[in-house]
Amino acid sequence: MLRLPKFEVATPKSVGEAIALLAEAGPSAVVLAGGTDLLPNLKHELATPELVVSLGAIRELAGIRLADDGTLAIGAMTTLETVASSELVRARAPALAQAASLVAGPQLRTMGTLGGNVLLDTRCQWINQSYFWRSALGFCLKKDGTKCHVVEGGKKCVAAASNDTAPALMTLGASLALEGPSGKRSVALDDFWVADGIYNKKLAHAELLVEVRIPPLPQGHRGAYGKLRERASIDFPLLGIAARLDVGTDQRVAHADVVVTALAAQPRRVKLVAETLRGVPIDEHELAHAENATLETSAFGRAVRSIAELAEKQCHPLPNVPGDADWRQAMVPVFVRRTLLAAARRAGPVHAD
Amino acid sequence: MGVLHLKINGDDLEVAAPGHWTLLEVLRYRLGLTGSKQGCDKGDCGACTVLLDGKPVLACLTLAATVQGRHVTTIEGLLPAHVAAGGKGADPVQDAFDRCGALQCGFCQSGMMLSARALLNRNPQPSDAEIKDALSGNLCRCTGYTQILQAVELAICEAAGRTPTPRSWERASCADSGAASASDSGERSA
Ligand SMILES: Cc1cc2nc3c(=O)[nH]c(=O)nc-3n(C[C@H](O)[C@H](O)[C@H](O)COP(=O)(O)OP(=O)(O)OC[C@H]3O[C@@H](n4cnc5c(N)ncnc54)[C@H](O)[C@@H]3O)c2cc1C
Ligand code: SF4
Ligand code: FES
Ligand code: FES
Repeated sequence: MLRLPKFEVATPKSVGEAIALLAEAGPSAVVLAGGTDLLPNLKHELATPELVVSLGAIRELAGIRLADDGTLAIGAMTTLETVASSELVRARAPALAQAASLVAGPQLRTMGTLGGNVLLDTRCQWINQSYFWRSALGFCLKKDGTKCHVVEGGKKCVAAASNDTAPALMTLGASLALEGPSGKRSVALDDFWVADGIYNKKLAHAELLVEVRIPPLPQGHRGAYGKLRERASIDFPLLGIAARLDVGTDQRVAHADVVVTALAAQPRRVKLVAETLRGVPIDEHELAHAENATLETSAFGRAVRSIAELAEKQCHPLPNVPGDADWRQAMVPVFVRRTLLAAARRAGPVHAD
Repeated sequence: MGVLHLKINGDDLEVAAPGHWTLLEVLRYRLGLTGSKQGCDKGDCGACTVLLDGKPVLACLTLAATVQGRHVTTIEGLLPAHVAAGGKGADPVQDAFDRCGALQCGFCQSGMMLSARALLNRNPQPSDAEIKDALSGNLCRCTGYTQILQAVELAICEAAGRTPTPRSWERASCADSGAASASDSGERSA
């Protein structure tokens, strides 16, 4: 049995009311969305708030809409199940729909929200444990202790960004609409992260995530998500890979992007992806009919292979999350390759089952 | 300590409970509804699954204070709901689990059956992949899942008036386990 620490619960009806409650209560207040990350963390005494402000009753925070300019705006309290099954999201932002569909298991996707997923706390096998468990090891840098069990002598927490939707949203060029005591602001997801596992985001106290915005995407946009995990359900990613491929009317790659997560405190964009793929011809017939092995001899296949090699050099899984880090390292190129091919084929998600 | 207004299995209830109590704690330790199991208590196992407005959620990660005014169905509510809807006896999912022996210790069973019930309510004819997906948040440490999947298949087939196909290695389907016949030879009977 894992008891929650004692706290009061508030259920404000509007964003303004929630911000006022949080601002007034100060750092002893926390935000609750679906609770599927926050409540296990509170049960493990990673925080002991006095007030929990639930956003569940704020209607304006849930829902998916397509703005006049083609921006896809998804309310922070929209559940992952809704995101994964939305025709609008599946058609416009396939990598996001796929990533949302692979988060945890069905119950957790019914409860968990997109906002909560973007703001998920970093994860580490030495921290997502009960107070008693952590105390036996003398705690660690992230909470209550002075050393790191992942990097010997390390002075910085490298707990892993483990939210499946974050890399997908980064490839989509998403931004976050935030609202706090000092007003509204918008920040590109790329600029939102900090390389610090203790707290990896630029979010001020009493600031709420209101909406996730995906800018209009070109006609030929394709995307996919790949996830490595031990079981085909429930587990957090041991690697999460989002791939984007925009194909121009000339049937050549106009833009491409690959972002990998579950490495360290923030998702990592693989460098030189767009440069390597830009202008490479896409042969739809070959994509539809050729096996991966054959496909890899084409110009596109060769470019994908060199991106997989780039990713292998640039991504270094650490023993922060479960699963052998060497195995995860070896899986980086495999999953990058498969996810890019899935994006090209308008297929995916890529995962073991 | 506050008073919570909850709708559990069709009943409007007033329950005094502290704000930091989960729905699972209120169900088990205030209302005596111990059919919802406390397994991992942190979202990993699905033993605490209940239906919230018809959808499966984990009671161990739900604050009771946040579900006021919404409909909660626990395993204790399945039979009464079935009877109220004009059925006889247990919910067909419960009946199928019983007849297929889809349990050993039974700890996962309430959650498993509620996940299955929610699936069949929204999709009466799911594919095998859809059944597996719907049950993929419920862990069973005993059965190996085979009989569980067969039980769901049985409930689906009976609702549609079909006989489930026995598997190649079966002596007979669990639907008519009393009548093992041609399959004694080890051949597929259907
Ligand atoms: C067994 C298990 C498996 C899981 N597997 C996965 C997985 O595979 N992939 C994955 O990505 N996640 C996984 N999760 C984590 C979690 O279920 C999801 O990330 C979910 O999307 C979190 O959303 P939530 O609404 O429940 O967040 P909450 O727990 O309510 O909130 C998460 C954090 O964000 C803050 N917050 C939430 N919304 C707002 C807002 N609008 N404004 C300001 N702050 C806010 C909260 O204060 C909290 O710090 C798993 C969880 C469990 C228990
Ligand atoms: S990486 Fe893990 S062990 Fe190291 S400080 Fe962070 S949470 Fe603790
Ligand atoms: S007890 Fe709730 S998921 Fe295990
Ligand atoms: S029957 Fe024992 S856990 Fe499923």
